[in-house]
Amino acid sequence: MVLARNGTHGPVVHAMSAAAAALGISEGRRVVDIRAVHPDLHVEPADPEGDTEMLDRLAFWARRWCPWTVRDGTDGIVLDATGATHLFGGETALLADIRERFAMQGMAARPAMAPTRGTAQALARYGPPDTICDIADLSDRLSPLPVAALRLEPETVGLLGRLGLGTIGALSAMPRAALMRRFAAMAPDANPLILLDRATGRLADPLDAPPDPRRLVVRSCLAEPVMDPAPHLADLAARLCADLAGAGLGARHLRLTVYRIDGDWRSVDLATARATGDPAHIVRLLRGKTDRIDPGFGFDLLTLESVRSEPLGPVQADLGGGRDPDADVARLIDRLTARLGRDRVRRSGWRESHMPERVEVLVPAMTDGAAKPVKLPAAPHERPIRLLDRPEEVQVIYAVPEGPPARFRWRGVEHRTARHAGPERIAPEWWRDRPGTRVRDYYKVEVQDGRRFWLYREGIGGDGRGGAPRWFLHGFFA
Amino acid sequence: MVSCMSVDSTYGRVIRLPGNRKSPASGGAEPAASFPANNRPTLREALPQRAFDPSATALVVSLLAGRARPVLWVQDRRSIRENGRLHLQGATLTKTPLSILRVEVGHPRDVLWAMEEGASCAGLAAVVGEIHGAPAVLDFTATKRLAIRSEASGVPVWLIRSGDPGTLSAARERWRIGVRPSRTNPDDTGAPGTPLWEADLFRARGRAPGRWVIAHDPDAAHGFRLVSPSGDGSVARDGAPHKDAAGR
Repeated sequence: MVLARNGTHGPVVHAMSAAAAALGISEGRRVVDIRAVHPDLHVEPADPEGDTEMLDRLAFWARRWCPWTVRDGTDGIVLDATGATHLFGGETALLADIRERFAMQGMAARPAMAPTRGTAQALARYGPPDTICDIADLSDRLSPLPVAALRLEPETVGLLGRLGLGTIGALSAMPRAALMRRFAAMAPDANPLILLDRATGRLADPLDAPPDPRRLVVRSCLAEPVMDPAPHLADLAARLCADLAGAGLGARHLRLTVYRIDGDWRSVDLATARATGDPAHIVRLLRGKTDRIDPGFGFDLLTLESVRSEPLGPVQADLGGGRDPDADVARLIDRLTARLGRDRVRRSGWRESHMPERVEVLVPAMTDGAAKPVKLPAAPHERPIRLLDRPEEVQVIYAVPEGPPARFRWRGVEHRTARHAGPERIAPEWWRDRPGTRVRDYYKVEVQDGRRFWLYREGIGGDGRGGAPRWFLHGFFA
Repeated sequence: MVSCMSVDSTYGRVIRLPGNRKSPASGGAEPAASFPANNRPTLREALPQRAFDPSATALVVSLLAGRARPVLWVQDRRSIRENGRLHLQGATLTKTPLSILRVEVGHPRDVLWAMEEGASCAGLAAVVGEIHGAPAVLDFTATKRLAIRSEASGVPVWLIRSGDPGTLSAARERWRIGVRPSRTNPDDTGAPGTPLWEADLFRARGRAPGRWVIAHDPDAAHGFRLVSPSGDGSVARDGAPHKDAAGR
């Protein structure tokens, strides 16, 4: 099995399983070439962004061993375990624990430990498994590794290879002055000499660990199981908002969870259109949702968590005593979305299309960026004020050779055309429509009582795309 | 020129005693009577005269012209199926496109709930609700709640009731809007020309009912121009409902 990513000339191998590697498949090869050799190859699309996010989360999880952890590139985690190894029974035990805990999650880890960060990451990737390296044997361990272990750019690795410097040992044996002259123009993170100095501890290489994500959750333990969460919401919301205000944050996504006495739990999620720190607003949003919670035989623990928070500065009230209209609308969107659902409350987005029904794209108002106004594309011709979702076929009673039918029946009522304008021909969009879609000739038709319809004829007689053209009603003019 | 065309003598539900007769077009004395200058935020209803008649939509859209704040437009499933959706590319009655927040729900009950929520949100320019038919939830109480909320918050609310014969309602103004055959197109006699609508204010509080034939005019004060029903030009004075045969 391999994971594929999109390369310049079609999909290429991003990563492969051990079995695939045993068949000689390597990263960067084209999937079609390998499929020709191994037709039974199983290919899945790679998700590098998802992998990176997962590694970020894993880096925080790895703080169970030591307080300073950070993601290392796209395939590693660096732990600064200084002074933490004795808590797990020594360095060997710590590495074994790490490997075991990752294995429990279904992941294979290759841990290595060294006095410097550069050496540790090189040994983890290129050294023997479970290496523990002392300050004394640092250069011995490092020297047999290939220069690529220093995280050099592929061009630099190639250049060093042409110079005959295949291993770190060979590189460090070179005179420093020569290396410095040769690579003086390179950035510190790509310069072989600086990377070598960092790996050997000659240069400091501190770890920039991100701070712990703050989990904003409040809980309310009850003395006895209850069935209705409503009386506890105000207290939970007030405490959560106090926490949020302390952190300078506002909630965008909240989750209320009830822990039932039968060991099960139920939760409701709600999102807000802009960050909020107002307990009354949160309670109001939650109130419409709590009746959907199945309390079972009752619950005795409630938690309210801010799953996603955004910075929210203190808001100064308008000196004139007015209200912020944008905030009012955002709150309205919250309330409507909380009760009706995300896809029921929408704003208009626009895209370029000839087809009248495709010009408008409705996006949920809760979506980030939905609030910013997008320019309405100008219509090439007069458009009706109302449009039916699906054009409805009309029954032609009296067709005329040119123009719309003189008499037609629609929704059971017969109409007589008094005047008409048109046609406006709208061709199918070949890049989007199925082959065989017919052109539409639109007419603005005024019937005898004054109503103005937008009719179209689908296709032309003899266009080779089906039988006789049919007529449809698509909209109404004001 | 004020037209004196005869239309329907049964029109006009407000009965005035002859001695107390006051012309609805008496200028500043009764500004509320001029069409449709009454912008007092309250609940108004628009009843299309016939099925599939979008002139009520057109009237509402033109009255909302020039509002920068978003408009909440709520529809139930039946009104979408029967009358379609507002197509903003075709709503060229307004010079600046409207910013519309669309809510589409299944049941009229949810339409009324969403409209009430919107009516109490001062950040909106207006709330427009569309309900097809005369469901039981849309009763006098529901409309009264909407009217009170709208008047308290200052957000005008429009209710478009298609397929409704005109059941009881607490709306402060009730309009019946219909299309008329359009004017002659000067360029092509076979094509429809400038659209004309017939607006009939058949119930109103605080102003006189009336009946007008209007044409959209983006340069006019309220987006409308009154035209004579006979189709022989504009009426001279805006704000004068044409008098019917009874001379009222």
